[in-house]
Amino acid sequence: MNPELIHSLQELLKQIQGYIYPNEIEIHWGLLIVVYPYITGVVAGAFILASLVKVFNVKEVQPLYRLSLLTALAYLLVAPMALVSHLGHPERFYEILLTPQTSSAMAMFGFVYAWYLMAVLLLEIWFVHRTDMIDMAERSAGATRLLYRILSLFSKDKGERAVAFDHSALKVITIVGIPSAFLLHGYVGFIFGSIKANPWWSSVLIPIVFLFSAIVSGIALVVLLYMIITPLTGGKINMKCVDKAVDFLFYAVIVDFSLEMVDFIHRVYQSEEEIKILSEMVMNKLFASLIIIQVLLGMLVPLLLISLTKIFKKRFSLNEDMRKMVYFISVILIQFGIFATRWNVVIGGQMFSKSFRGLTTYKMEFGGIEGLLYAIALLALPIAILFVLLKVLPPWKELREEGETGTEAIGAGM
Amino acid sequence: MNGRRSFLRGFLSVLLSGGTVGGILKILPSKADAREAPPKGKKWYGFGVSIDKCIGCARCMDACKNENNVPREPFFVRTWVERYITRKNGQTTVKAIAPGDEATSESVSDKTILRSFFVPKLCNQCASPACVQVCPVGATFQTEDGVVLVNEKTCIGCRYCIQACPYGARYLHPKTHTADKCTFCYHRISQGQLPACVEVCPTQTRIFGDLNAAASPMSRFLRMNKIHTLKPGLNTEPKVFYANLDGEVR
Amino acid sequence: MGKFFEKFPDPLARLIVVAVAMIALGVFAYLVLLPKPVKDIEIQRADAVKREKAKPVKYAGFHACAECHDKLYETKKKGYHRDLSCETCHGPAKAHTEDPDKVKPTIPTARAFCPQCHAYNPSRPRGFPQINPVAHNPLKPCTSCHNPHDPKPPTTPKECSACHGEIARMKAVSHHVQLECTVCHEAPQQHKVSPRSVKPSKPQTREFCGKCHAKDARNAAKGGKGGKGGKESLAANAPKIDMAEHGEKYVCWQCHYPHSPEVEQ
Repeated sequence: MNPELIHSLQELLKQIQGYIYPNEIEIHWGLLIVVYPYITGVVAGAFILASLVKVFNVKEVQPLYRLSLLTALAYLLVAPMALVSHLGHPERFYEILLTPQTSSAMAMFGFVYAWYLMAVLLLEIWFVHRTDMIDMAERSAGATRLLYRILSLFSKDKGERAVAFDHSALKVITIVGIPSAFLLHGYVGFIFGSIKANPWWSSVLIPIVFLFSAIVSGIALVVLLYMIITPLTGGKINMKCVDKAVDFLFYAVIVDFSLEMVDFIHRVYQSEEEIKILSEMVMNKLFASLIIIQVLLGMLVPLLLISLTKIFKKRFSLNEDMRKMVYFISVILIQFGIFATRWNVVIGGQMFSKSFRGLTTYKMEFGGIEGLLYAIALLALPIAILFVLLKVLPPWKELREEGETGTEAIGAGM
Repeated sequence: MNGRRSFLRGFLSVLLSGGTVGGILKILPSKADAREAPPKGKKWYGFGVSIDKCIGCARCMDACKNENNVPREPFFVRTWVERYITRKNGQTTVKAIAPGDEATSESVSDKTILRSFFVPKLCNQCASPACVQVCPVGATFQTEDGVVLVNEKTCIGCRYCIQACPYGARYLHPKTHTADKCTFCYHRISQGQLPACVEVCPTQTRIFGDLNAAASPMSRFLRMNKIHTLKPGLNTEPKVFYANLDGEVR
Repeated sequence: MGKFFEKFPDPLARLIVVAVAMIALGVFAYLVLLPKPVKDIEIQRADAVKREKAKPVKYAGFHACAECHDKLYETKKKGYHRDLSCETCHGPAKAHTEDPDKVKPTIPTARAFCPQCHAYNPSRPRGFPQINPVAHNPLKPCTSCHNPHDPKPPTTPKECSACHGEIARMKAVSHHVQLECTVCHEAPQQHKVSPRSVKPSKPQTREFCGKCHAKDARNAAKGGKGGKGGKESLAANAPKIDMAEHGEKYVCWQCHYPHSPEVEQ
C-alpha cells in the first residue's frame, strides 16, 4: 500500500465540510492537470498571434512571428509530459493511440495533438525557416552543418519556384492552422465540458472560455518573452509591435472576461440545484484563487492598466518607459490570472461533492510527481527548450531589423 | 508555368482543407451506444434496494471488502451506506456509516427528527454508462450481461472515468493504480451465486437478479414497488433500482 | 527520382518523401510488428472477463452450510433469523467448505457483536427489534438468553417497546406518555410470538380519539396510571375540541402523530 497516500487522505478527513461520497476524498486531477491546459493554452494563443501576421496581414506584429511559432512548439512538446506523468500507468500511454475509444474526448485529443504537431506547427516552422536553414548550413561546418542539412531535409533549392511554394504553403497551413489551434485547446475545454456528472465543468461555454483564455495567455506570454529576450540579446524593443500586440491582447481579455461574466450570470440567474454548494465553494475555498487572482489581478487590473495607456494616450506615447512598465506588469499578472483560471476549473470541480452536500480540500504536495517542484520544472522546461530552438533557428534578423528601424518594409527576408 | 503553379496551389488547398474537414469529422467524439437489453433467454443483470428494510448494519460493506480484496481504509469503497436525517426544520444531514462504527446507544428519542433512514449505494451498472463513454483506451466496458468491468491490465489510470461517474462509485486502487469499482461480484454471479453484499444482508434490503427473468425476487421487486433510480436526469439509465427512495437522496 | 523532383517544387517533394516514409513505417509497425492483443480491444476484453470470472470466491453462499450442519440449519429455518445467511454472522466460509478441519469460521460471542444490528437507532425501520445495549441486561453475553440460531427472547415480551423501540421512545417524551400502547391498539398474544402473522388493531374513527378529546367526553380512556382519579383525570386533563367542527373532513391522525401529538399553536 502507499503509506504517504493513506496518510495524506487521513489528514483530509478532518477538512471535510458536510457530506461527500466516500470515494470523493481523493482529488484525482491535481496540479499536473492544472499545468496541462495552461501549457496547451499558450500553444494555441501563441499560434493565433502568429496567424495574425500571416493570415490577417497585421504587419505591425511581424517581429513576433517567428518567436510565437517557436514558443508554440516549445510548449507543445512539454504538454504531453504533464499528462503522461500523471497517469497511474504512464508506460501504457501508447494504448491511447493503438486502441482508442472513439467516444472518448481524451482519446480523440491524442490525434488532434498529433495532427496539430505534425501537420500544422512543424510544417509551418519548416516552411518559414527552410531557406534560412539552407543559408545556415552553407555557413557552418561539421556537426552543425549536418544538423541544418537534416532539418532542411537536405534541401538546397532557393529558386523562385521553391520559395513561391514556401509562401503559398505557409498561407494554406496557417489558414488550416487557425481552426486546428482552436480545436486543440477547445478540445481540452470539451474534455471538461462534456462531463455531465460535474456541474462546475459541464457547460457549453467551457470550450469557448478555455479558448479565449488560451489566446490571452499565449499573446501575453509571447509579448513577455519578447520584452525580456530582445534587450538581453542587445536589441531594441519595437514599441509599435508591442502596442499592436497589446491591443489584440486587450480585446481578447475583454472577450474572455465577458464570457466568464456571462457564465457566472447565467449560473446565478438560473439558480439550479448545485448553485448552493458551488457558491459556498467559491466563497470559502476558491476566494483567493478566483476572486482575487483570476478576476481582480488577472483580468480587471490588467484591463485597467492597459485602458489607462489608451485613455491617456498622449502622456503615455511620450513616456515609452512607463508604457513598457505597464505592459510588463500586465502580461505577468495575466499569466498568474490564467494559471489561476485553470486551477479554479480543475481543482474547483473536485472540491465539492457530487452529492451537493459537502466540500473537501486539495492539499498540494511539495515533492513527488504530483508536487510543486515537478510542476515548476514542467513550466520552466518550455523556456529551456525555447532557448535551444532560438539558438538553432534564431529570429534575430527579423527582430533586429524591425527593432532598429521599426518601419522597414516587411517583404525583405520573408 | 503559371498554370502548373496555380494548379498546385489549388490542389494543395483542396487537399488540406478537405483533409481538415474530414479530420475534424473523424476526430469528433462519437456518443457511445447504450447497450440495449438483450432478448429474453440472455441475462441482463440488475439490482434492487429496499430503503425501508435497511438497518444500517454495514455488514454489506464488510463482506464486499472481504470478497473483493478492497483496501480496508475508508477512502476506497465499492459499496457504502448513507444515513439520512431530516429534521423538522427541513434540514437534512447525511453521513456515511462504517462497519466499525460504535453501535449507537441512543436511549431517548430525538424529537427534532422528522424522517431518518439508511441508503445503501453501489455502482449502478448503468445501461448507458458515462464512465464507459469517456475511457480513452476502452479499458472499462460493458459485458453482454450488463455488468461494467474494468480491465486492470489495460487501464492507464487517467481517472477520467472516476470524474465522469455521477455517483462516486469509482476509486483508484492504491495498489494496482487502475480504476476499480463494484462488479456485482462478477466472479460469483457467473457461477450462479449472489454478490457478497446480497449474501450477507440480514434484512433482504439488497436484491440481485436477472432483469429478464420472469419470476424472481427481482421481478417481484419491480412489480410491487414504486421504483426510482439515482440522478435519472443525467440519463445514465442505472440498473440499480430503489424502492421508496426519499427525494432528499442524491 | 529526378523526374519526381521536377514535377513538384523541391520542398513539397521532400515532404512527400518524408510523409510516405513515416506512414509506411507506421503501417508496417502496426500491421506486422505489433502483437495481436495490443491492437485488438475485443481480445483484451475477453481476457479481462476471463480473469474476472476466475477470481477466488470467499463466501460460500446461503445454502452451503446445510450440507454438513443440517440440524442447525433446520433450527435456524424456523426462527427469526431464518432469512440470515450463516455467513452474515460467521464471516466468509468458502475456505471452510473446502477444508473443514483446517479452516474454521469465527463464532462471534462478544457482546458488541449483536448490537451492530440490534442497537436502538432512530434510522432503523419500525418494528425491527432493537435494544439499548447499555441498559439491556448489561455485561451478560447475548447468547446467554438468546440462541443465535433461534433467537426468540427467553420470555414473550410484555412491553411493545421490545420491538417498537422508536415509537416507545417517541411516546415516552410526548403528551401521550401515560397511555399504554394497549389503550389504542389491541395486540393479540400471537403478535408477540409471530409478529407478521397477526397485526394489532388500530383505531378507525374520530370518535375513538373523541373519547378523551371531545368537549363532552365523559369517559376516561382505559389504562393510564392506576389509582384514584387516575383514569378520569387523564381524560379530564386532555385538551378538548369541538368534534363537529375541528378538522371535520379528516381522521385525527391525518394531522396529529398519535405517538407524539404535536399541536399547532
